[in-house]
Amino acid sequence: MSETQSTYNYKVVRQFAIMTVVWGIVGMLVGVIIAAQLVWPELNFGPWLTYGRLRPLHTNAVIFAFGGSALFATSYWVVQRTCHTRLFADGLAAFTFWGWQVVILLAAVSLPLGITTGKEYAELEWPIDILITLVWVAYALVFFGTIIKRKVSHIYVANWFYGGMILAVALLHLVNSAEVPVSLLKSYSAYAGVQDAMIQWWYGHNAVGFFLTAGFLGMMYYFVPKQAERPVYSYRLSVVHFWALIFTYMWAGPHHLHYTALPDWTQSIGMLFSLILLAPSWGGMINGIMTLSGAWHKLRDDPVLKFLITSLSFYGMSTFEGPMMSVKSVNALSHYTDWTVGHVHAGALGWVAMVSVGSLYYLIPRLFGTKQMYSVKLVTVHFWIATIGVVLYIASMWIAGVMQGLMWRAFNPDGTLTYSFVEAVKGSYPFWTIRLVGGVLFLAGMLIMFYNVLKTIGQSQGADERILAPAAHHA
Amino acid sequence: MSDFVSEFWNLYVVVISLVSIIGCGIFLKFQSVHKGSTDTTGHVWDETLAEYNNPLPAWWKWMFYITIVFALAYLALYPGLGKFQGVLGWSSVGQYKDEVKKADATYGPIYDKYLKMDLKAVAADKEANEMGKRLFLTYCSQCHGSDARGSKGFPNLADADWQWGGDADTVKTTILEGRNGVMPPHAQLGDETIKDLANFVRSLSGLPHDAALAAKGKEAFGTVGCSGCHGPEATGTAALGAPNLTDKVWLYGSSEATITETIKNGRNNRMPAWKDFLGEGKVHILAAYVLSLSGAEKK
Repeated sequence: MSETQSTYNYKVVRQFAIMTVVWGIVGMLVGVIIAAQLVWPELNFGPWLTYGRLRPLHTNAVIFAFGGSALFATSYWVVQRTCHTRLFADGLAAFTFWGWQVVILLAAVSLPLGITTGKEYAELEWPIDILITLVWVAYALVFFGTIIKRKVSHIYVANWFYGGMILAVALLHLVNSAEVPVSLLKSYSAYAGVQDAMIQWWYGHNAVGFFLTAGFLGMMYYFVPKQAERPVYSYRLSVVHFWALIFTYMWAGPHHLHYTALPDWTQSIGMLFSLILLAPSWGGMINGIMTLSGAWHKLRDDPVLKFLITSLSFYGMSTFEGPMMSVKSVNALSHYTDWTVGHVHAGALGWVAMVSVGSLYYLIPRLFGTKQMYSVKLVTVHFWIATIGVVLYIASMWIAGVMQGLMWRAFNPDGTLTYSFVEAVKGSYPFWTIRLVGGVLFLAGMLIMFYNVLKTIGQSQGADERILAPAAHHA
Repeated sequence: MSDFVSEFWNLYVVVISLVSIIGCGIFLKFQSVHKGSTDTTGHVWDETLAEYNNPLPAWWKWMFYITIVFALAYLALYPGLGKFQGVLGWSSVGQYKDEVKKADATYGPIYDKYLKMDLKAVAADKEANEMGKRLFLTYCSQCHGSDARGSKGFPNLADADWQWGGDADTVKTTILEGRNGVMPPHAQLGDETIKDLANFVRSLSGLPHDAALAAKGKEAFGTVGCSGCHGPEATGTAALGAPNLTDKVWLYGSSEATITETIKNGRNNRMPAWKDFLGEGKVHILAAYVLSLSGAEKK
């Protein structure tokens, strides 16, 4: 066996891991800028740096650049280690890295220029969509190729979630991005009217369900038991909640279109499956948190475990909040308010970012051949700054959202509205300021992490690790 | 009205929805049977990764069942299974119609009372004035501003100047029917004549101008067609929405460059009609409010 074939492919994991931190900082910085623009509208420098163009840049950067890089990095690590074999096709793996970076750079240029399809979370124009498709097919080949050449008979649970995510995202991207090009930089959706809206939110909600939930549950299923040094709580629970989760998520999209032109029956089905989704979602949280039973004391002085377990708490909270908000009468209050923004960030900052950060703090020392991070103390500092940031963000958006919803629906004894729209905007300013502070704190945590990662890499004696033989077992 | 083009799609939706929901329950029941011990499954990955075989937590399982039962009960009561409306007969359109009907019954008499009153009397009524203000802030402030002082292209409603006429009935008609203000483009006059006209128009309002050009502009004003709408004395024609050019009120701006742009490229402006959206009762109160702002009626 050649030297490369007897080691894991850490190069691509290192590349994606570092870019996760870099894109996290970029995406969250844009988030902080647009949060500041809401407080000080003078900060809109037009037309390229106006809120309307920076907002999709923020969402694309944090979801696909930061979140995507985190998924690539961790899935490539997990699938090699749990299949006891080197990643399939080094060349294709390298293509996924460079291809994905080009997609991100094209997004960073085209969105401020106003080149957009106008479909939320799918704004990139058709030539970039094609590049995404190519990268994603390569990703699937590398991932499933590695699964196929595994040296153990059973496929570890983390890989089910990563694999499910890869397949579902391919389907979502292909269907929702079907468009008719009219020029190199402009296309129109293949769908029209309410069908377009339905396809868009079938995509939009499953982008959350698969890209930001299933994929990151895969991450959780590897890094939580590894860091806690405990077996996963229940194999049975992982089977049930995996199948239930990927099945029911597909139905939940219509809850984004309550009280619109979407037919009543479709709205009801979307709401009911969103409610049924509560238990399958919580299955992952239970399995993660209960893995710690018998080892709770480790939470006291292990900041990596703090990140992972706190992320699960936010995951449980936002997957409870989501089904509640999908109930029509709750949605009548929450829809179009900052409550939705708070809900999304409970998931995006509290769950996705924190589980990624925790996993990266596990990975970085191992990828660069150091015993631990350069400063464990700075990891603890990062944890507390990030947690306070998320709490400030979510709490301010809850209050702002409920206030907006109540102000919009209040009316006088003569039937006129009590508040004009701009009064609700004015009332939101204090909360938007608190939200900005929360965002700045979270970004500051990422900068601390960047410093810590650079210092750790500086101590690197990195060598690729030899592939472990599968453990002998009785099954 | 059914959303389905044929009975097939109705059945398709009903069957798939029911099978999927009930299927979740059957899957859960089937997976709840606990086999063997709670010890680890025996598989080990990456040195240390193992899994206990703990049974499903009972509270979690029951929470799952409850959501499934809730879903089935909801589908019996509300629309969700294809074109079946549910036994309660609820629909979002029906709810909307009911609420509008109730609102009309509750608030209708308030507006009817004022509708019977003369606009001047309504404008003087304190309660109606408060209602008018709230309506204005909800429906009019987006263009005319919260203080009704307008902005470029949107008329100031708090002054005494009226593009379409300021008597009570005309103001009400403006809100009810909307207005289409068109200044046609005059690029064909050539840049020189347009510059003359711009200087003449500025001279009318006492703004700094080139007297020689203004004199030429004054001549052109009568011959190239301006006076047809703005009148021989340039004092405007309310019936056409042609503004008085001799006052100090400017909808788009008074600089020579802006006036040149207005003459050369023309202007197209629109006040939407509110009759169908608000109904005459609310428009009546709004008209009175707007009149009270300008004080035009006091003159």
